[in-house]
Amino acid sequence: MQKEPQTPQGPACDPEKRRLLLAASGLAGAGVVAGMSVPFVTTLLPPEPRTAAGAPIEVDLSVLEPGRMLSLQWNNKPLWILRRTPEMLAALQGADSRLLDPHSTASEQPAYCRNPFRSINPEVWVAEGLCTHMGCIPIFSPQRTADWAGGFVCPCHAARFDLAGRVFAGSVAPRNLTIPSHCYLSANRLRIGGAETPA
Amino acid sequence: MSGKVRRLLDWIDARFPLSAFWEKHVAGYYVPKKLNFWYLFGFLMLLALALQVLSGIWLAMIYKPDATLLPGTQTSVALASIRHFMEHVPGGKAIRYMHTTGTSLLFALMYLHIFRGLLYGSYKKPRELLWLLGMVLFWLMMMEAFFGQVLPWGQMSYWSTQVVMHLFESIPFIGKALADFLRGDYTVSGITLNRFFALHVVAVPLMLLLLVKLHLVALHAVGSTSPDGKEIREEVDLLTGKPADGVPLLSHAMHHLIAAAVFLAIFYALVCFAPALGGYFVDELNAVPADPYSTPAELRPMWYFAPFYAMLRAVPAWGGTQIWGAITITAAVLLPALLPWLDRSPVKSIRLRGWQYRAGVIVLAGCFVGLGVAGLMPPLDFVLGLSRLLTGGYFVFLIIHFFDDRA
Ligand code: HEM
Ligand code: FES
Repeated sequence: MQKEPQTPQGPACDPEKRRLLLAASGLAGAGVVAGMSVPFVTTLLPPEPRTAAGAPIEVDLSVLEPGRMLSLQWNNKPLWILRRTPEMLAALQGADSRLLDPHSTASEQPAYCRNPFRSINPEVWVAEGLCTHMGCIPIFSPQRTADWAGGFVCPCHAARFDLAGRVFAGSVAPRNLTIPSHCYLSANRLRIGGAETPA
Repeated sequence: MSGKVRRLLDWIDARFPLSAFWEKHVAGYYVPKKLNFWYLFGFLMLLALALQVLSGIWLAMIYKPDATLLPGTQTSVALASIRHFMEHVPGGKAIRYMHTTGTSLLFALMYLHIFRGLLYGSYKKPRELLWLLGMVLFWLMMMEAFFGQVLPWGQMSYWSTQVVMHLFESIPFIGKALADFLRGDYTVSGITLNRFFALHVVAVPLMLLLLVKLHLVALHAVGSTSPDGKEIREEVDLLTGKPADGVPLLSHAMHHLIAAAVFLAIFYALVCFAPALGGYFVDELNAVPADPYSTPAELRPMWYFAPFYAMLRAVPAWGGTQIWGAITITAAVLLPALLPWLDRSPVKSIRLRGWQYRAGVIVLAGCFVGLGVAGLMPPLDFVLGLSRLLTGGYFVFLIIHFFDDRA
C-alpha cells in the first residue's frame, strides 16, 4: 500500500470520496457532452418533407408525335412520356435474353405496367427519368444501329436501358426504371400520380 | 551571431524552446546521405499545401456559397461570384487558377509520394503509423477536392454530388436516411452546397493541417528510410554519436531549394499558359450552371479521381443491388492502409528485393494509371472490359505480396 498523498493543507481527501467525486464528475461530464451534441445533429437534419410534392399532374398527349419524348418535371424528378412508334414496339419484343429483368419483377411500377411494354397502352410510356444506379438522367438515344435497337444510355456510368426502361444485363444499374402510377382521363389526357380511378 | 541577436534569442529561449526545436528538427535532425529525387515530394507538398491555403483564403473572400438563382437566369449566386472574380477583378483569374492548378499538382505529388513508399518499403516497421497518418491525409485530400469541386455549383458540382450521395444511398436499409442527412435535404440542393462550403474551408483544412503535423511528428520519431535499404539510426558513428550514414537535414537544403524553384516554375507556367490544361485541370463543364433536369452527355471525372471512377463504372449490378461498385471503390481507397501488414517481407528497398516484387510494383502502378486513362475515356465496350481487368489487377497486386515473405 502506498502512503496517502499529503497536501500542504493536510491529508488529501480519502480515496472513497475521491472515487465518488470522479464518478460523479465523469457522469455529469458525459451527460453534458451528450446533451450538447444533440444540436450538432439536429441542425443538420433535412427540413420537414415537402408535402405538396407528389400532387398529380395532367398532361395533354395530343401534341406528342410518335417517336418523340416529352420531358417534364414532377415530384422533384424528371418525368418522361414517350410515344413509341410501331418499330420501337417491335424492337421491345425478342431482346429478353439481353435484359436483366425482362418481366419487371424487381423494379418499381404499378401492377398494370408489369408487362413487356411497361405501360397501360403500349404506345405511350411514362417513367421517372432517374437512373437506378446513382441517380443521373439517362439520355434518350432512339437512333438504331446494328447492335442498338434504341433506348437510353446513362452519361454517368454507361448503364443502358431499352425503350421500356428495362436495364440491359451487365450494366451498373440494378433495376429497370421506375414507373409512377398514372391513368387515362380520356384517350389523349393522362393523369400522373394520385388515385387510379378512371379507366 | 551578433550580440543583439544572441540576446534576443536567449530572451526567447528562456520563454519558448525555439533553439531547442531548431536543433531537434532541423539543424540536428539526421537524414540518410543517399536520399534521392523520390524524397523531395513530401517537402514539395508542404509548399503546395501552403500555396493552396493562401489562394483558398483569397477565393473565400469573394466566393458566395449560395445556390439561389440570379433573377431571370439559370446561374446561381455562387457561380456568378466566381465568374465575376475571374472576369472583372484584376488578378482574380490568377488566384482561381492557382487554386485549381494547385489541386492537380498536389495530387500528382501525392501519388508520386505514395509510389515512393512502395519503392522503398516506407510503410514497414517502424513506419506503420507514419504510413497510416499519410493514408488519412490522402482520404482528407480526396474529401477536400470533392467539396471544392462542388462550390462553383456547375454541372460537374451537381452531378458528382448526386452520384456521391447515391453511393451512400446504395447502402441497404439506412442508405436513404443517411444520404438525406448528409445532403441536409431530400435532393442535392443549396443546403448541401452550404454545408460542403463549411467543410471545404474550415473543417477539412483544419484536419489536414493537424494530420500534416502528426505525420511530421511520426516522421521525426523514426526518421526517413534510405534508398539503399539501410536504417541509418542503426549504425551510429562512435566519435560523434550521430548516424554514420546520415547527414543533418540542412545539408540537403540546396536540393530542396532547387526542387522548390523547379516546382514553382512549373506551377507558374501552368497558371499562366495552360491553366485548364485541356480540361484536365479545370473542366469547362463546371462553368455551365447546375441543372438538376439535365445530365450532360460529356460528363468526365477529374483526372485524380479517374481510377476510382473507372472502377465504379466497371462493376456491374448483381443480386438486385449496385452496392458492389461502392464497395469496390471504398476498398480500393482503404486497402493501401493495410500495406504494412499485407507485405510481409522484411526487406524494405526495392533494390534488395526479388524480381517478383519489382514486377508486382510495376504492374500495380500500371493498373492504377491504366484505370485513370480508362476513366477518362468514353464508355466503349473495350474500355469497360479493360477497366474490369485492371480493377482485378489492382486488388490482386496489392494483396499478392502477402505471399512473398522471403527475407
Ligand atoms: C498533405 C499530404 C502530405 C504531406 C504534406 C506529407 C509530407 C511528408 C514529408 C515532408 C515527408 C518527409 C520527406 C519525404 O520523405 O518526402 C514525408 C514522408 C513520408 N510520407 Fe508523407 N506527406 C503527405 C501525404 C502522405 C501520404 C498520402 C502518404 C502515404 C500513405 C505518406 C506517407 C509517408 C511516408 C511513409 C513517409 C516516410 C517515407 C520514408 O522515409 O521512406 N505521406 N511526408
Ligand atoms: S448513374 Fe446512371 S449509370 Fe451511374
